[in-house]
Amino acid sequence: MTCRWALPVLVVIGFIFTVIIEKYQLFNGYTVFVLVTIGINIILCASLNLVNGYMGEFSVGHAGFMGLGAYAASILTVKIFPNVDTPVLFFCAVIAGGLVAAFIGFLLAILSFKTRGDYLAIITLAFLMIVKSSLENIHYVGGPRGLLGIHHLTTLPWTFFWVVVTLWVIRNLIYSKIGRAIIAIREDEIAANAMGVRTREAKIFAFATSSFFGGIAGALYAHQIQFINPSSFDILKSTEILVMVYLGGVGSLGGSILGAVVFTLLYRFLEQLTIGPGQLGSWHFGPWQLGTWRMVIMPLILVLLMLFRPRGIMGLREFAWFLPSRELLTRRKKE
Amino acid sequence: MVKCGLPSGTECGISDAYLMKYLHLILVGLTVAMLGGCGEAAKPSIKIGLNTELTGEMPAVGASSKNAAELYVSQVNAEGGVQVGDKKLPITLDVGDNGAKAEQAAAVAQRLISQDNVVAMVGPDASACAIPASEIAQSLKCPMISPWSTNPKTTIDTTTGKPKPEVFRACFTDTFQAQVLAKFALNNLHAKRAAVLYDVASEAPNGQANLFKKTFEENGGTIADFETYTTGDRDFSAQLTKIRASNPDIIFLPAYYNDVALIAKQARQLGIKTAFLGSDAWSTPEIITLGGSDVDGSYFCNHYSTQIATPVAKKFVTDYRTKYGQDPDDVAALTYDSFGLLAQAIKDAGSLDRGAVRDALSKIQKYDGVTGVMQFNGVSGDPVKSAVILQIKDGKFVWVANAAP
Amino acid sequence: MQYFAQQAINAIQLGSIYALIALGYSMVYGVLVMINFAHGDIFMVGAFVCLLIVSLCPVTLPFIVILLGVMLITALLGALIERFAYRPLRNAPRVSAIITALGCGLVIENTVLSISPYAKPMPVLFKVFTYHVDGITVTTLQLMIIGIAIFLMLGLDFLVRKTPFGMAMRAISFDTKTVPLMGINVNLMIALTFAIGAGLGGAAGMLYGLAYPVISASMGTLVGWKAFVAAVIGGIGDIRGAVLGGFILAAVEIMTVAFLPSTYRDLISYSLLLVILIFKPYGLLGSAPNQKV
Repeated sequence: MTCRWALPVLVVIGFIFTVIIEKYQLFNGYTVFVLVTIGINIILCASLNLVNGYMGEFSVGHAGFMGLGAYAASILTVKIFPNVDTPVLFFCAVIAGGLVAAFIGFLLAILSFKTRGDYLAIITLAFLMIVKSSLENIHYVGGPRGLLGIHHLTTLPWTFFWVVVTLWVIRNLIYSKIGRAIIAIREDEIAANAMGVRTREAKIFAFATSSFFGGIAGALYAHQIQFINPSSFDILKSTEILVMVYLGGVGSLGGSILGAVVFTLLYRFLEQLTIGPGQLGSWHFGPWQLGTWRMVIMPLILVLLMLFRPRGIMGLREFAWFLPSRELLTRRKKE
Repeated sequence: MVKCGLPSGTECGISDAYLMKYLHLILVGLTVAMLGGCGEAAKPSIKIGLNTELTGEMPAVGASSKNAAELYVSQVNAEGGVQVGDKKLPITLDVGDNGAKAEQAAAVAQRLISQDNVVAMVGPDASACAIPASEIAQSLKCPMISPWSTNPKTTIDTTTGKPKPEVFRACFTDTFQAQVLAKFALNNLHAKRAAVLYDVASEAPNGQANLFKKTFEENGGTIADFETYTTGDRDFSAQLTKIRASNPDIIFLPAYYNDVALIAKQARQLGIKTAFLGSDAWSTPEIITLGGSDVDGSYFCNHYSTQIATPVAKKFVTDYRTKYGQDPDDVAALTYDSFGLLAQAIKDAGSLDRGAVRDALSKIQKYDGVTGVMQFNGVSGDPVKSAVILQIKDGKFVWVANAAP
Repeated sequence: MQYFAQQAINAIQLGSIYALIALGYSMVYGVLVMINFAHGDIFMVGAFVCLLIVSLCPVTLPFIVILLGVMLITALLGALIERFAYRPLRNAPRVSAIITALGCGLVIENTVLSISPYAKPMPVLFKVFTYHVDGITVTTLQLMIIGIAIFLMLGLDFLVRKTPFGMAMRAISFDTKTVPLMGINVNLMIALTFAIGAGLGGAAGMLYGLAYPVISASMGTLVGWKAFVAAVIGGIGDIRGAVLGGFILAAVEIMTVAFLPSTYRDLISYSLLLVILIFKPYGLLGSAPNQKV
């Protein structure tokens, strides 16, 4: 069905393409902005899918990891090295953002040993609120008023690079031994434990990896928007990521990509559709606010999708490219 | 325990090859549609973007802004448009909704400036949105006027401390407002002890609260209590009980109108009779609808008053009332002025070049707007203009005092 | 001491509303093991329904009729959501149901937002008197809210523990598969549970609207999450736990503001929640569910 070397070649071509776009400004700023947003959303979506889709937990705290990453990276680029403007610093800052988030994710994983299911959802909720109100109380990073003076460093090639790294790492993790253990937790934690699966190790890995990439996405986000405040990383942001994950499909990297792309484009498209340029007077709905009805469309699509495809568009399916060859072979034998 | 997640026996695989084929197509199709939507046929017109809060926490602000913008555009176009060089061009309005979110504001700014190629952008109104949008406008070299963002950081680059050359505003700054309010409280109301209650998570109130505290203390007053809440809170009983115990002469509430109404009601229920002092965020008739008699007697700082209006302002108020059946608030007046300033600058520049418009804008010496006479000093984007103090009395805004810069 | 007493009254008022909403979460969870994230928005609808009834009805209705009307309409809404959004998903993965609930909540919230983009003042339903006792202020409204909330909670407790309906409900939460064999109509029971939960939520919304008389479409989100937290602190699925959780959360929030800088409120109340869950992973009154492998 597919050549195994097609993907790496495509990735390299894609990367070169993004560099060319950036260098010769082939697309206008808004298109690049949307593409970068899609990239960041793919990272968020894929990393949350690791915990919510593959491990089958229900975490609502992903925006918290994103916030940690965003703040950690921005402190490095704005406060500690304000005058260094090299790609190396940005790379290190993004990594640092990821590591900070991963460390907190590791601590959260330890808490998750005893609780799971809905109680774990609450722990992640509490974590999110704690991150938000801690940031509001730290004056070094501007408190509730947010951090300013962040440079625009998130370029299209960087985003592409991190998207590829995220997908590559998560894909390899899932098809590794630990990945199997993560999926075993989803199916039945106690049974997995009884069979000798080291569920604790798997949980730590899943949480730490997921939060690492959440932090990476946050760092990229901060250097795209150039302004962060604690309210940017609230429960609404988490809900947005959740919607993307379940729209695209649980337990599927292809689904994560699809969810992020569809969500971002739909969002932007609806924003433009309802209030198009130069349409004065043609969109008045009596006393109602122009354009608010579009906010009903998004969740309605989600509800209908859940009713007809309860696992999302790609639930438990995968693009062939993301499957390892042994997986493909067993599939073929069965068919 | 019921299983959380997916039933057993399912495996990742390519069980549905057709679906996969379609999905690739959908992905490619969506992206192409997205990129294809870029080009547009251009009629000769002046394209001005409006980036405002139509949805989200403060839809009233966005609605006023949009109404005023549409009013201005229809009036100017009815006269044939704006004189650019030797011909008159009509204005086309391009509205984007930022949902009162920082991220959305940046995205909309990007779209207006780099995709829709507007000459200049008006908005956003809320400071939390205006700051990120100003960064985008600055980096894309497009003039931007925020009608209502009073936060100093909107026009000042915090890393260098220098003004952002492309960013302007039509209103006064929080620094000025805090001074006006603190002096008014001390000198006119003879208040020695002030309590402050504000939304800690919201940009503008936060800045106003802290600047007020600073100026009030510098001028000899005491801050009796300094309390916070978070966006979305509706129960202020704990904070108000604390404020009651601190026994202030005045309570400063730099909050948006719906919060103010709630705070005022709960304060009166707790038996607090102290007068309230508010910022320009109060200035919408909604505050009287919601607050009723509980906000009666309060003072607040505003951009203009319909009572001491100039002929320009009177005409605007009448036109607005005829068109929309309600009184314009300060956001509407300031948006109207922002468009006026821009039209003036385009006329002065005689071209639609962004750089030329920016230069002309920064050199405006006297613009007679709805909210008073304003001028730019050529360096900073903050206009030199005065403020007024209003009182809510018997369900109306009553003019009390003027404050010159 | 006066100061403390006043803050305690504030906490009881807030707590009784939290408890009333938390009950809705807990009931649904107890029966279906599902978090009904649309509950916060049904709560909001309750306040708006009250406003609609008062402004549309030409004659002044007695308070109790309005309250019953609000409860009836929101109960209907709850049952409708159950029928069309949750029932088709009863055998689907549990997370899909949660996401559907989240989606339903957003649909309700944004629909109300589209119809009424501005915040609206809540009508005054009766004259409020204020009592000043020894420097402590209590209003009739506060007493009434606390009274109604406690009455509804006791009523529910009686319903669940002493009536055949309550027995059927508890049976469903104990074993969904065997209950139909006993001649109990599971679909009806679950729909009723949703209706009662939603009715209580609607009543809470109305009381909340009276206590904090500016209502807007987004008022349900934050309160909804907080009530959910309260339900979890008490042990989700346990009705008495929900009440306990509601009062504890309110007390912590109010007392943090009362004696510490108010910026720390969320930090402290959520840290407390985390600590409780570390030591009591299933809440204060909840018990570990039986797990079969």
